[in-house]
Amino acid sequence: MADIQQDIRPSRLHRAWNSDLGWSFRHAPVAVASTFVVLLLIIGAVLAPFIAPHSPFDPGSLNLMNGFTPPGQANQFTGDYFLLGTDDQGRDVFSTILYGMRISLFVGFAAVLLAMVLGVTLGLLAGYLGGWTETIIMRVADVQLTFPAILVAMLIFGIAKGITPPEYRNEMAIWVLILAIGLSDWVQFARVVRGATLVEKNREYVQAAKLIGRSPFAIMLRHILPNVLNPVLVIATISLALAIIAEATLSFLGVGAPPTKPSLGTLIRIGQEFMFSGEWWILFFPAATLLALALSINLLGDWLRDALNPRLR
Amino acid sequence: MLAYIIRRIFQSVLVLLMVGLVAFSMFRFVGDPVDNMLGQERTQADIERLRDQLGLDQPFVVQYWRFLEQAAQGNFGLSYRQGRPVAEILVERLPATLELAFVSGILALVGGISLGIFTAIRRRGLSANVIMTGSLIGVSLPTFLIGILLIYLFAVELGWLPSFGRGEVTRIGSWTTGFLTESGLKSLILPAITLGLYQMTLIMRLVRTEMLEVLRMDYIRFARARGIREKSINFRHALKNTLVPVITITGLQLGSIIAFAIITETVFQWPGVGLLFINAIQFVDIPVMAAYLMMISVMFVGINLIVDMLYFAIDPRLRVDRTAGGH
Amino acid sequence: MTDTPVLSVRNLVVEIPTRHGVLRPVDNVSYDIQAGEILGVVGESGAGKSMTGNAVVGLLDSPARITSGEVLLSGQPIQNLRGEALRRLRGKKMGMIFQDPLTSLNPLLTIGDQLTETIQEHLKVGQTEAQERAIAALEEVGIPAARSRIDSYPHEFSGGMRQRVVIALALCAEPDLVIADEPTTALDVSVQAQIVALLKRLCRDRGVAVMLVTHDMGVIAEAADRVAVMYAGRLAELGPVREVITAAHHPYTAGLMASTPLASQGKERLRQIPGAMPRLGNLPDGCAFHPRCDYAQDSCRANPGPTLDTCDGRAACWFPLNIKEKSEVGA
Repeated sequence: MADIQQDIRPSRLHRAWNSDLGWSFRHAPVAVASTFVVLLLIIGAVLAPFIAPHSPFDPGSLNLMNGFTPPGQANQFTGDYFLLGTDDQGRDVFSTILYGMRISLFVGFAAVLLAMVLGVTLGLLAGYLGGWTETIIMRVADVQLTFPAILVAMLIFGIAKGITPPEYRNEMAIWVLILAIGLSDWVQFARVVRGATLVEKNREYVQAAKLIGRSPFAIMLRHILPNVLNPVLVIATISLALAIIAEATLSFLGVGAPPTKPSLGTLIRIGQEFMFSGEWWILFFPAATLLALALSINLLGDWLRDALNPRLR
Repeated sequence: MLAYIIRRIFQSVLVLLMVGLVAFSMFRFVGDPVDNMLGQERTQADIERLRDQLGLDQPFVVQYWRFLEQAAQGNFGLSYRQGRPVAEILVERLPATLELAFVSGILALVGGISLGIFTAIRRRGLSANVIMTGSLIGVSLPTFLIGILLIYLFAVELGWLPSFGRGEVTRIGSWTTGFLTESGLKSLILPAITLGLYQMTLIMRLVRTEMLEVLRMDYIRFARARGIREKSINFRHALKNTLVPVITITGLQLGSIIAFAIITETVFQWPGVGLLFINAIQFVDIPVMAAYLMMISVMFVGINLIVDMLYFAIDPRLRVDRTAGGH
Repeated sequence: MTDTPVLSVRNLVVEIPTRHGVLRPVDNVSYDIQAGEILGVVGESGAGKSMTGNAVVGLLDSPARITSGEVLLSGQPIQNLRGEALRRLRGKKMGMIFQDPLTSLNPLLTIGDQLTETIQEHLKVGQTEAQERAIAALEEVGIPAARSRIDSYPHEFSGGMRQRVVIALALCAEPDLVIADEPTTALDVSVQAQIVALLKRLCRDRGVAVMLVTHDMGVIAEAADRVAVMYAGRLAELGPVREVITAAHHPYTAGLMASTPLASQGKERLRQIPGAMPRLGNLPDGCAFHPRCDYAQDSCRANPGPTLDTCDGRAACWFPLNIKEKSEVGA
């Protein structure tokens, strides 16, 4: 029995990739292009310490004379050259973006992972166990869904900030952000997984597994979970874009990543101050990077949803 | 139908009780309320008195009940930061947010529904596809970036519109309005577009999806087979069926405009409750946070209820099935 | 036979271009329907019977389209009409009845709204006149207390009653041709007979030409004057119902009859046709039916597919049954 399953599963995945999904991917230039952009940005973020020409958060290496150097020109005092210009402190904008993306992507991925693990677990439990477990989980989900995720995230951030002692607040900010965004976004996962679980629960193969005496835990993990992976994957992709935007928004509002560890949102917040005085590049490049990141992930998610759901043509 | 409404009201109260619990827990457990309320020069006697006054030695349930009583009367205590009653600050700030939300809501609703219908009917047309692609950019574009972009274009480069504040406001009783002055109206334009655009894109995409779904239905095919005009098929047969599911989600979207106003208000330094809330988070001003949370919950729950009633008004199936269903 | 038929389909071909080549769900189909006549179109699912009806009223879902042949409505070619010209004909000259009455009516409009809208679209009458006609139409299809029920919503009617409303809608602008696409399939058996009887009565009273598409031989035997049997997009047999039932010429028709429990046919054992209809993507060479045919010979594979003309315009078969001695089927 177990042997047969193991024989079937990888080959099914393999086949799906080679036929439908793979075919659809190869024939969707938008999907290919966005994958390229996303990968490029992720590689840039991961390799930031090796790529970045300057280390922008090492005060020793900063020269205030380099402040406000426009992009693509040499500084008029020091003659130093910066690809995308510098900010008021003389930090290289290109390097701050690379490091900022690291924070943005890290928070985004970690938050989605948290939301996914939480949502899938609670959704499986609610769908499979039913009864009080289900009532409580889905009630809480309903109440939370009444409020926009970004508001919930702000609130969690505010509460967490209140609980953290002031001297640790800057250090903890990133983790608090992940917690806030992750907790604000689990409901989507839980609802979809619960719905799918309710359907799968009554299928013969699950009933059969029950009869053999498999534990509920094993049934959920081995039999039901693989069947809900497609929608979870779609939601996770779209959630990633939402999480990155949420992080940027919170940081922009000053309730996210601190200026000592700026994310793209923090950089935009800083850059906004210089918009009126003509130093546009301090704002423009981080904003454009954020947009490219969010847009290409969204396009990828859009394509994935259509490709995995033939009903939507 | 009555039974259904009563059940919905019961659920709403349950939601408010849960939110109240969160708000109360913030008061009680985030920091020490006594510490927060008393200044540096406090005596042990002051602390004891306040403790007694706040009922902090009472059982949890009793405290929660007292909190709800107070909240129902609009009493959330003093702002830690400003030292004034929270309710007073909120009432002062509310008109700015409501006016902004109102204008954005209309914009989102009218623009979203008409563009949604357009893109659904002209599914294969060039302009519809351009709009759809644009909407995807709109969804990916965070609200604050839209705001910054608009400020840059219309305030910095062109200098046509103000970049922050409400302009000149007129006082009518305890309400302040920006609708009556030119500078007030001008100041409203950019924030309203910023706030409405994102919701408009969402509503548009939703209307489009639903409408395409409806246009595939048998009764649309049957109407075509009877020679009904396209106009009537689109706007009489399809639109009405599209609006049933759209109304629920759209109602919720409009509710969230008030919450998203936080972002817009920060970008434009708009003196509403959203800006107040963000400042409260930055300074961990718990009473303001709790009061804002309660206020916005009441609004959301109210909107949800109204949406449910609208549902009944539009869909005759619900009207009959529920009363005649007998369970 | 001097009258121009209400509907005349000549060598109709419908094609669907796909990634794997062009499919032909309707392949070279021809038939006429006279006023006051019911033509039954029968076949398995996928045989192209519904597609033929949709092609006539111009309701093919893209990418399916008519690539050749003619559709003549009272002698006028309509296969090339588009948009406004076609819309004027629908409802007015030809009505259509769909399979599922539960989904054919707009749930948010009263049946009165849907009727008066259709009437006013095609006939130059005022609001009150349209209302009266709507009530008359409902009465004609046997809706009791039509006047008081006209403002009801579809969900307030039972399935059979809804199908009557659908028929009233199809007929309310007094078309000459009605295409009924599986009008009884979604209904309870007891209701099916009533609807069939209703169709027959309307056809007789009004002199409407009816194209009755169904997979149910029983319905055909009960209602139709002539029957067209379709297989894999082509006509297999076309003839008067009595003759086709008692002495099928095409082996497929014979098989179909043998597998149908007809009240008139005594208590013989039901038989199945072996195999399944081939998918349009991979039709066999020669006669499309030969792999399932008991009488198939080598020439059925080798020769191109037969047409009706190979057998007196009655059956598309190289070796028709029941030609010399008109004996019982399967005897």
